Amino acid sequence: MNKPKELPNLAPVTNEQRYIGMSEPRHGAKRLTEGLGKYIDDIQLPKMVHVVYWRSPVAHMKIKKINKSAVLDMPGVVAVIDGQELATVCKPWVATLSHLAGMKSAPQHALAIDRACWQGEPVVAVVAKTRAQAEDALPYLDVEWEELPALLDMHEALDSNAMILHPELGDNICFKRSLDTGDVDSQFANAAVVEEATFKFGRHTGVTLEPRSQIAHYAPDGRLTVYHCQQAPHMMQDLYCRQFDLSESDVRVVCFDVGGSFGIKVHAYPDDFATVGISILLKRPVKYVADRLESYLSDIHAREHIIKGRIAASKDGEILAFEIDDLTGIGPYSMFPRTSAIEGNQVVNLVGGPYKHKQYRANLNVVFQNKTPTCQYRGVGHPIACAVTEGLVDLAARKLGMDPLEFRKRNVIPDNAYPYTGVSGIKLEVLSHEQCLSKIEELMDYPKLLEEQKALREKGIYRGIGFATLIELTNPSPAFYGVGGARIASQDGSTIRMDPTGVITVSVSVGEQGQGAEGVFAQIAADAVGVPIEHVRVKTGDTETIPYGGGTWASRGAGIGGEAVLLAGMALRENILKIAAHLLQMDVSQLTVKNGKVYDRLSNQEKIPLSEVGRVGYYRTDLLPANFHPELTVTRHYSQKDFPFIFTNGVQASYVEVDVNTGFVKLLKHWAVEDCGRVINPMLVDEQVRGAIVQGIGGALFEECLYDSQGQMINGNMADYLVPMASEMPDIEVAHVQTPTKSSLLGAKGAGEAGTAGAPGAVVNAINDAIAPFGVSTFDQPVTPQKILRALKVIQ
Amino acid sequence: MQTTSITMTLNGQKIQAEVEPRQHLVDFLREDQELTGSHLGCEQGACGACTVKLDGKIVRGCLVLAVQANGSTVETIEGITASGEYKDLQEAFLKFNALQCGFCTSGMLMAAVELIQTYKTATREEIREWISGNYCRCTGYHAIVDAISYVMEQRQQANK
Repeated sequence: MNKPKELPNLAPVTNEQRYIGMSEPRHGAKRLTEGLGKYIDDIQLPKMVHVVYWRSPVAHMKIKKINKSAVLDMPGVVAVIDGQELATVCKPWVATLSHLAGMKSAPQHALAIDRACWQGEPVVAVVAKTRAQAEDALPYLDVEWEELPALLDMHEALDSNAMILHPELGDNICFKRSLDTGDVDSQFANAAVVEEATFKFGRHTGVTLEPRSQIAHYAPDGRLTVYHCQQAPHMMQDLYCRQFDLSESDVRVVCFDVGGSFGIKVHAYPDDFATVGISILLKRPVKYVADRLESYLSDIHAREHIIKGRIAASKDGEILAFEIDDLTGIGPYSMFPRTSAIEGNQVVNLVGGPYKHKQYRANLNVVFQNKTPTCQYRGVGHPIACAVTEGLVDLAARKLGMDPLEFRKRNVIPDNAYPYTGVSGIKLEVLSHEQCLSKIEELMDYPKLLEEQKALREKGIYRGIGFATLIELTNPSPAFYGVGGARIASQDGSTIRMDPTGVITVSVSVGEQGQGAEGVFAQIAADAVGVPIEHVRVKTGDTETIPYGGGTWASRGAGIGGEAVLLAGMALRENILKIAAHLLQMDVSQLTVKNGKVYDRLSNQEKIPLSEVGRVGYYRTDLLPANFHPELTVTRHYSQKDFPFIFTNGVQASYVEVDVNTGFVKLLKHWAVEDCGRVINPMLVDEQVRGAIVQGIGGALFEECLYDSQGQMINGNMADYLVPMASEMPDIEVAHVQTPTKSSLLGAKGAGEAGTAGAPGAVVNAINDAIAPFGVSTFDQPVTPQKILRALKVIQ
Repeated sequence: MQTTSITMTLNGQKIQAEVEPRQHLVDFLREDQELTGSHLGCEQGACGACTVKLDGKIVRGCLVLAVQANGSTVETIEGITASGEYKDLQEAFLKFNALQCGFCTSGMLMAAVELIQTYKTATREEIREWISGNYCRCTGYHAIVDAISYVMEQRQQANK
């Protein structure tokens, strides 16, 4: 049971700690259980019109002529807008980052002009008074087009004889990177064991249950308000200003409830700009809600990689070196503004990450192709790097005849070795691999499981146990985007205001998409100020009222946003005490705030409630000294600058049964030990970890955007694109090791993505362990029954 | 477009409305009746976010036309909330963090309500099977199973 449970508490960070570290329910989520959420499609505005997009029906085409007359005659149609018209208000963009040396991409327009480069690229907007009218009208739009040859295969993109998708770029390579520690070849030459495999990762996507949606409202006074389900409202505000030449003071982005994000809603999509541009042209509110078919073709995809990997190990079971060659296809354009080279770059940084080997070589090619653009989706590179590393680790352990858990214990970077620089150059502040491995061994009762596996195998039942040790980058510094020129804030802020009755309003630049950010901010604020959590109101999502900040991505919400809340709350508490000290004629050091009241610190005697501090602070400042000004609103910001990233670590284990006759996999159980530093709310972290694991399992077993030979996605709907459902998923046991980061007072690291990072590696390793008696293995995700039967040579 | 007159008992209230014959029940509820608690995730009956009750049985609001509900009783999450009959279930979803973004929650609760009405007890596997028509992309399902299981146990004990 996911019973609210408490962890052994670390030393408190606040004077009166009641909530941090506790499984406090998310009070703000009550309305979501009552059907009272407010998602974009729930909002109606006066004079609002609805847009639907005519999207490219093929992977690559020349746009010859757009005939609008028939569609303009349809009932309710207000406007039909093409790329040329939209380009009169919206500039094109090129998504590159300067710190990824040599990266290139081509200019991209909000609506395609002259040429469309993937099936689903928006070309023409049809705007009508109702959504139904817009959809009724769409088939009457007559676009004359000519199909062009499509570049789909990643290997072909590298061929010097291949068509070049953007001739002006010279080749089809968006980004390439090589890393070599120098002595790789001799390690492989002298190793007792060298194992290699080819790892394939199917392109998949996030499938947020709420599709991407937006209402753009450009008012006749020149002010733009965009209601958006988005993870980074300030980033979007900045982009709208730049692409439409508007002032920040005239652009407001507002996020209400967001129905799932997972990275899908952190990018700037062509139709985001188109919808805003249409509102500017029409000067009225325009609503766009993607339908599910559009979601599959226009939401970013991720993870299409083919990686050749090798591992070298000594006869004593010491890992000597890793080598990888990664090829990844990202669609026709690098995605704006975070770019599509980050995922591959992360793979290079992270392969071999948990281990202490000294030699590593990596080669990466990121290539263009005529498929939906890819970009950052939950885990970003980690699930790939982890599956490759852990797959190779298992191959080496098996060859050596060594237990895979024991092999990992021998090779992880020891807990006392930190700070440590990983072989790829990554800086690791402090990790706990050894503790995590011991804990998972105990949690899963590994020896008993091994016995069970052995006994069942004799009866022809093939069960497997798979491990995945992982590292995960969280709490990024400006090193992620800022240094590369992307205007995405790495810092976040919080403003806390005490109102006259003593309740507090906490506004934070990190928003809520379901993770529980607002819940943990309430916990932190309540403890930092010293008020009951019922007296805390949290507000996020509106660029007009929140401090400037980065938002939700790279597992930074709790660690960075939470630290800003902590600092603001502590500062407000000091200001409250200064007022109280005047009123009570005592010294600040003699007083404390708890449970909404000021107490004498030594005698623990209740002195005055915060409502009295508020009453005087706001209405009777005449009672305070002439030169003293009460400050009951405080803003603090925080940015992590000690390390490029604060890495977390963990280990997962999967227990599966493979039916060797049908290839079906039954997931029996999954365990995760996670070290995300200080756990602010164990219940929320546990369910973050579980949700992330299930998304990782989706990629490992089910999810893939399937394309035919013409570049048509053939399973772009919820019936054919498979995601994990409740009955296929196992119970997932989660445990924690808490190693706080010293880069902040709170000590919290990110927790939202590690589940996705480790699950595919653990599950695929478990499957391969189950079929190991047949001397076969498969590393081709999603590992479908067909692929298992093919590995077992049951089918061709 | 031509409209048809329909009547229904919606969350306990008798209503009369003019609808286009092609309008889906969930669009009628969301757009015409301003009951936005039922959500649209796929419009093809796959995701379950639009689950409502029609004459006592859960249906996909996107696969039923409003005209098909003529003369029927329709109940949505808003009606369930107002009745207070499943307050324990709604509270358990919070207590166990059985929701994250909340987009699936209304449909998930409607499915859970029918499970509780249909069976007195259910194993975790049976609960998982029952809610397998409802997508949740956030939670990993574990906490949803916990919450439903807890409510069924509590109700069992209360009836002893």
